[in-house]
Amino acid sequence: MSFPWAEQYTPKHPVMQWVDEKLPLPRLVYNAVGAGYPVPRNLNYFWNFGVLAGLALVIQIVTGVIMAMHYGANDLVAFGTVEQTMRDVNAGWLMRYAHANGASFFFIVVYLHIFRGLYFGSYKAPREMVWLLGLVIFLLMMATAFMGYVLPWGQMSYWGAKVITGLFGAIPVVGEPIQTWLLGGFAPGNASLNRFFSLHFLLPFVIAGVIILHIWALHIPGSSNPTGVEVKGPQDTVPFHPYYTAKDGFGAGVFLIAFSILLFFAPNFLGHPDNYIEANPLSTPAHIVPEWYFWPFYAILRAFTVDFFFIPAKLLGVLAMFASILLLFFLPWLDTSPVRSGRYRPMFRKFWWILLADVAVLGYCGVAPAAEPFVMISQIAAAYYFAHFLIILPLISRFEKPLPLPGSITEAVLAKYGKTDGESAAVPAE
Amino acid sequence: MASVEQIDGTGPSGEDGVRRRDFINIAAVSFAGVGAVAVVLPLIDQMNPSADVLALASTEVDLSAIQPGQAIKTTFRSQPLFVRQLTPKEIAEADKVDPSSLRDPQTLEERTVDGKKQWLVTMGVCTHLGCVPLGAGEGENRGEFGGYFCPCHGSSYDTAARIRKGPAPKNLEVPKYSFTSDTAILVG
Amino acid sequence: MVRIGAFLVGLFFAGWLFISFLVGAYSYVTEPPANTVEHEFYLAPKHVSFSFDGPFGKYDKQQLQRGFQVFKEVCSACHSLKFVAFRDLEALGYNEAEVKAIAKQWAIKTPSVDPATGEPSTREPIPADHFPKPFANNVAAAAANNNAIPPDLSLMTKARKHGSAYVYSLLTGFTDQPAELLKAFPDAKTPEGLHFNPYFPNLNLAMAPPLTAEGQVTYGDGTKATVDQMAQDVSAFLTWTAEPKLENRHRAGLATIIFLLIATGLAYMSYQNIWADKKKAAA
Repeated sequence: MSFPWAEQYTPKHPVMQWVDEKLPLPRLVYNAVGAGYPVPRNLNYFWNFGVLAGLALVIQIVTGVIMAMHYGANDLVAFGTVEQTMRDVNAGWLMRYAHANGASFFFIVVYLHIFRGLYFGSYKAPREMVWLLGLVIFLLMMATAFMGYVLPWGQMSYWGAKVITGLFGAIPVVGEPIQTWLLGGFAPGNASLNRFFSLHFLLPFVIAGVIILHIWALHIPGSSNPTGVEVKGPQDTVPFHPYYTAKDGFGAGVFLIAFSILLFFAPNFLGHPDNYIEANPLSTPAHIVPEWYFWPFYAILRAFTVDFFFIPAKLLGVLAMFASILLLFFLPWLDTSPVRSGRYRPMFRKFWWILLADVAVLGYCGVAPAAEPFVMISQIAAAYYFAHFLIILPLISRFEKPLPLPGSITEAVLAKYGKTDGESAAVPAE
Repeated sequence: MASVEQIDGTGPSGEDGVRRRDFINIAAVSFAGVGAVAVVLPLIDQMNPSADVLALASTEVDLSAIQPGQAIKTTFRSQPLFVRQLTPKEIAEADKVDPSSLRDPQTLEERTVDGKKQWLVTMGVCTHLGCVPLGAGEGENRGEFGGYFCPCHGSSYDTAARIRKGPAPKNLEVPKYSFTSDTAILVG
Repeated sequence: MVRIGAFLVGLFFAGWLFISFLVGAYSYVTEPPANTVEHEFYLAPKHVSFSFDGPFGKYDKQQLQRGFQVFKEVCSACHSLKFVAFRDLEALGYNEAEVKAIAKQWAIKTPSVDPATGEPSTREPIPADHFPKPFANNVAAAAANNNAIPPDLSLMTKARKHGSAYVYSLLTGFTDQPAELLKAFPDAKTPEGLHFNPYFPNLNLAMAPPLTAEGQVTYGDGTKATVDQMAQDVSAFLTWTAEPKLENRHRAGLATIIFLLIATGLAYMSYQNIWADKKKAAA
């Protein structure tokens, strides 16, 4: 597709030739994830997470469609039908736990995928569109996960829905009508549950569509790589199949082992006990926390405690929470360094590690009760988060002196093996 | 060189090396295939009836209130079930018919429990296309053979619920049941 | 342009957060948050080991039957178990006839309709029925229990952190209010009608100690019914009611992980094989 030396699809079997003539779908697949897609030969394991995120989406769609077969989207019965699925439906417990933990694993691999992109500069030209579409997927995932969490109609479902839709209530004048419109009532109820169910079923397929665009946009410049140096010739690439299908196969195995350990031996570890209590509009849980993948954003939301003149603190928190995600859309134009990979950017690399730690701290503050000292910690951490992307990155890309880049991908690979793999180096001597 | 690679099994050349490489790739792919099949099994099984549905797979019916000539309509596995106490006249009418002349040859004895010939227990599901025949309720059209009449396509059943006229191919189905006492049956 | 705008937005958010931090820090120093009685006197659940702990854990059916007996004779007077059906008891080792008898003799009857009059009525439960609720609705439950609604117990051990240990600790944790507590927090005296229990998050709960005396139930298998034993047994039973498929899950999990380890090992070897040429060529 993208490189002139990409292998051409040449079906041998007459049936495949016939299909290819009428509908070149096999050719499309061949060029997208088959031998027809040349990929840099030096990708490390952090490049596995794109395929793993795709696998996670497949797990979610399959188990989700099955859950929907046994689910009743009505506030009177929803909690009971989920319990019935767990108890009476054949392998229902497996489907339900796989779906609940699958959501967590989807976010784990997507976060690793995003932080990979942040470290190796995957968002930079010419791959800005890949990054932007990735962020769209991330936003859709957050919406889907939030609405999915409401469906079991437990205490956290109910109060989560109430708090999150309440964020819109912070918007002046139109806020409350919007909240009422979102919920179809004055508080979460049957109308909210039904629309969330409908959209929760729809959005994953929208995500699948945007993933196709994401891959399409990726295939125009081709995959990035850990050196950040562009592909110069055929010696720099290997065909996706079998080289990266084999590597992704191994990655999928490791992913599934980790997933199975949680799914079979600690299925409720990432969940909240309160969601095993049926929704009760008359009693609020001791403290309301979202699922773990929202904790950092929840901490930013709660970090604003002081009104800014006429802007109330609550509205500031809402604005900041949305800004914390939306600012990522501007990242390709905020980081102007011509060097992509963090490997060759000593200052950038240090700040990347600080950002990683910062997000972890924000996550910790997000799950902690809204009390001191966690609020103070979250204020400092949130301040760093904004400063990192909006102030520090533009500045360091201006003043940083990058390390010398390798001449090509092949040169980098040769240097690595020449230095570290003494045994292989000795082979020609035999 | 070849001998070294044969030992570690990863060499790019040499007959044995190549064969072993292929073997590992084939084994890895086959394992993935077996895994996929093992995953599909519960995905299929989840569509089978769940434990709560199976728990209602048998129904007890109290017969004490059914007078001769009367029938009741109840449910068994979410489908209508007809229980009828035949009058001696109805029994005689059923016995009069030569089974070999019927579309689905069966005698009344074969369709009832020994010694309880007056109790006719059948599904209320027309064997044509699954409509519910009339005749179990008071004053309903019983058709020209005095049993049940299906209003959808005009199948008529006699007093032993055997098909006599119309498109239905079989007699009304007699479910498996047994008497738990003189006035109660357990269906299923 | 983008960078100037970003710089200003960044400065605003980061700056205001820093000011908020200073405001918070100032009040934290001048008026340190008051200690709460819950913070000082709440106790985490006791350590207690059960047969179902760990990846190889299984239920002890004898213990579940004993726990069921405690539930039947003590808890079920006030607490419902609405997600569990009598037929589920076969998993405890009862046979079909025994389950039928348990359902038939259950003290609370299943709501039904009088077939003659259509008036609300009750009937004997059958195995397919879920455990009938002791109170018709929340209003009745509150009225009969000093305004506190006894929660449903089906999912109790999953609805609390470390649920099995929590139930056990709560049942064995009733005590008098410690003197130090009243000295430090004179306002925190347990209100009339509530009962002090340090394992309950806000320390005072409406339920009176349900297990009070040794031999409160008489176990059929001869186990001595100490309060501790009864509490452990009923905690085990309620773990089963919350997670009846635990054994299936553990079994399926072990098989899956063994399979995946082999498959992943093969996938790794296959990956190394396929890349062998490229890595050799690089060297």
